[in-house]
Amino acid sequence: MSKTTSTRSGSAPGWLRNLGAYVILIAYTLLALFPVILVIMNSFKSRRAIFTSPLAPPTPETFSLVGYATVFARTNFGWYFVNSLIVTLVSMVLILFLGAMAAWALSGYNFRGSTIVGLYMALGIMIPIRLGTVSILKVMVALGLVNTLWSLILVYTAMGLPLTVFVLQQFMRQVPRELTDAARIDGASEYRIFGLVVPLVRPAVATVAVFTMIPVWNDLWFPLILAPGESTKTVTLGAQQFLGQFVSDWNAVLSALTLAMVPILILYILFSRQLIRGLTAGAIK
Amino acid sequence: MTQRKPFPTHLFVFLLPALLIYTAFMVYPLLDSVLMSFFAVNPTTGQQGFVGLQNYVQLLTDERYAPHFWNAFVHNIIFFLYHFFVQNPIGLLLAALLAQHTLRFRGFFRTAFFMPTMLSFVIVGFIWELILSPIWGVAQGFLDLIGLGFLFKPWLGLPEYALPALSLISVWQFIGIPMMLFYAALIAIPDELIEAARVDGASYWTVFWRIKFPLILPTVGIVTILTFVGNFNAFDLIYTTQGALAGPDFATDILGTFFYRTFFGFQLQLGNPNMGATVATMMFLIILTGVLFYLVVWQRRVTTYEI
Repeated sequence: MSKTTSTRSGSAPGWLRNLGAYVILIAYTLLALFPVILVIMNSFKSRRAIFTSPLAPPTPETFSLVGYATVFARTNFGWYFVNSLIVTLVSMVLILFLGAMAAWALSGYNFRGSTIVGLYMALGIMIPIRLGTVSILKVMVALGLVNTLWSLILVYTAMGLPLTVFVLQQFMRQVPRELTDAARIDGASEYRIFGLVVPLVRPAVATVAVFTMIPVWNDLWFPLILAPGESTKTVTLGAQQFLGQFVSDWNAVLSALTLAMVPILILYILFSRQLIRGLTAGAIK
Repeated sequence: MTQRKPFPTHLFVFLLPALLIYTAFMVYPLLDSVLMSFFAVNPTTGQQGFVGLQNYVQLLTDERYAPHFWNAFVHNIIFFLYHFFVQNPIGLLLAALLAQHTLRFRGFFRTAFFMPTMLSFVIVGFIWELILSPIWGVAQGFLDLIGLGFLFKPWLGLPEYALPALSLISVWQFIGIPMMLFYAALIAIPDELIEAARVDGASYWTVFWRIKFPLILPTVGIVTILTFVGNFNAFDLIYTTQGALAGPDFATDILGTFFYRTFFGFQLQLGNPNMGATVATMMFLIILTGVLFYLVVWQRRVTTYEI
C-alpha cells in the first residue's frame, strides 16, 4: 500500500484546497449512494408515502411491508436465491480449484509448450464469452443441460478461468523454488506440493474469488438464454422478470430491488477493504 | 517419477480439467459461431448448407438487417464515447483527490464510490428508471429544488435523450473501475519524486500534469480498452430498461440487443441462429480490432516508466 511518509501540505491555502476536495468527494458520495438508499428506504413505506414524500425515511405511520408480502406471495424469490447461491458458489469453487491447478502447472514447472498453453488460456481474458452464445446453446441442448443449473455453472467456469489462471500464475511465480525443491527432497508428491503452494497465494485467491463471483451473481444474459425455467431462475433473472410484470406496483418493485441488492451490499460492506486492497495491489503489479 | 520426463502425468492432472472446460464451453463455441456464420438453412431441404459470405452480405445490405445493424453500431460508438469522455475525467479527478494523504475518510469515500460497480445492470437500470420516472417525480423534484425544474424531461422515453441517459447511467455504475485503477497508479508514484519537484518550485498543477499524468497514461489505455470491450458486448442495461426492442423506436439499440433479437427473433420476425452467429462474429471482429489497436498501436507509442 501507500507509503506513510508525510507529504508537505500546500504552503498557503492548504485547508481551502482540502475544503474544495471534501465538497467534491461528499457530492459524489451522495450521487453514488443516494439512488440505492432511496430505493431501500422507500421499500419500507406505504404506497401513499412513497409518492407524497419520497425523500423521507419511513416513520411508524408510513412503515409498510406490503411490497415484500407481494414479492413473496407472487414469486419464488427464496428459491431464486438458492439457485443464485448454488450457481455462484459451485462456479467459484470450480474456477478457483481448477484455475489454481492450471496456474501452478504453468508457473511451477518448465515443460515444452507451457508458453503456448498459457497464451491459449489468456486469449479468453479479452474475448467476451457471450459472442459464442449461439453455439453454447447448441452444445447445452445436445448435452440435455438446458434449464439446469449445470449449464450456467459450466459456462461461468469457462468464463472465469482465463483471468484466474493468468492472475494466479503471476503470484505463484513468486513462490521460492527452494521451498518446493525442499518439499520434493523430503519426499512430498507433486500433489502435496500444490497443496503447500496454494495457501501461500491466499490473498490473490481471495481477490480472484470476489472478482469472479460478482459477474456470475449479476449476470442476466446466460440465465435468460440457458436456464429461463421457473425452477432454475436466478435472482437477477427473477428480479428482472418480476420488475417487468409489476411495473405499476411500486411497493413490490422497490421491495424486489432491495431484496436483490442486499446480499451483494452486505458482502461488499464486509469485504470492501480486502477487495479494494486486492484491486489496487493487482493493478500495481 | 523422474524430473526429466517431458510431460509428467501430474501436469496432465493439473491442466486437463481447466483446459477441457475452457475449450468445450468457450473456445469451441466461439469458433463454432464463426463457422455457423458461413452456413444457412436451405429453404427447400431444410438442411444447413455452406453459403460463404452470403450472411455477411445480407447483414450489411439487406433492408431487414442492414439499417438495424448500422443503427446499433453507431449507437454503440456513441455509448462508448460517452463512457470515454465522462468516466475518464471524473474517475481521474476522484482518484487524484483520494490519493491525497492529507485528506481524511479516504477509505469511506473509496468504498462509497465503488459500491455501484458491485450491483447488477438489472438493479441499476431499474433504480434509475424509477428515479427518472415522471410518475414518481424524484428527479423532477430535485431539479425544481435547485431552480432547474424546467429542464426535466422523461429522458428514457424520448428518442433523442434515451441513449445519452443510459450511457450516463452506465458510467455511474462503472466509474469505480477507472477510479480504482487510476488510484492504484497514483499511489504507486514515489513521494520522493513529488517532493523533489515541489522543492524545485513546481506548482500543484505542474506536478500533476508534468509528472503524475505521464506516469498514469498507461492506465488510461487499460481503462479504455476494458471499457471498449465491455461496451461493445453490453446488453443487460438496455434490455432491462428498454426491452429487447431497445425503444423508443430503436433509439437505444446497441449490438448486444440487436444480436439477441437476430438470434431469438421478436414480434413477427423469426429467430435465425446463423444470422445471430453472423452478428456475433461481427461484434467479435470489432472487439478484436479494438484490442489489436490497443496492443499494437497504443502500447508501442506510450512510454511506460519503471518506478
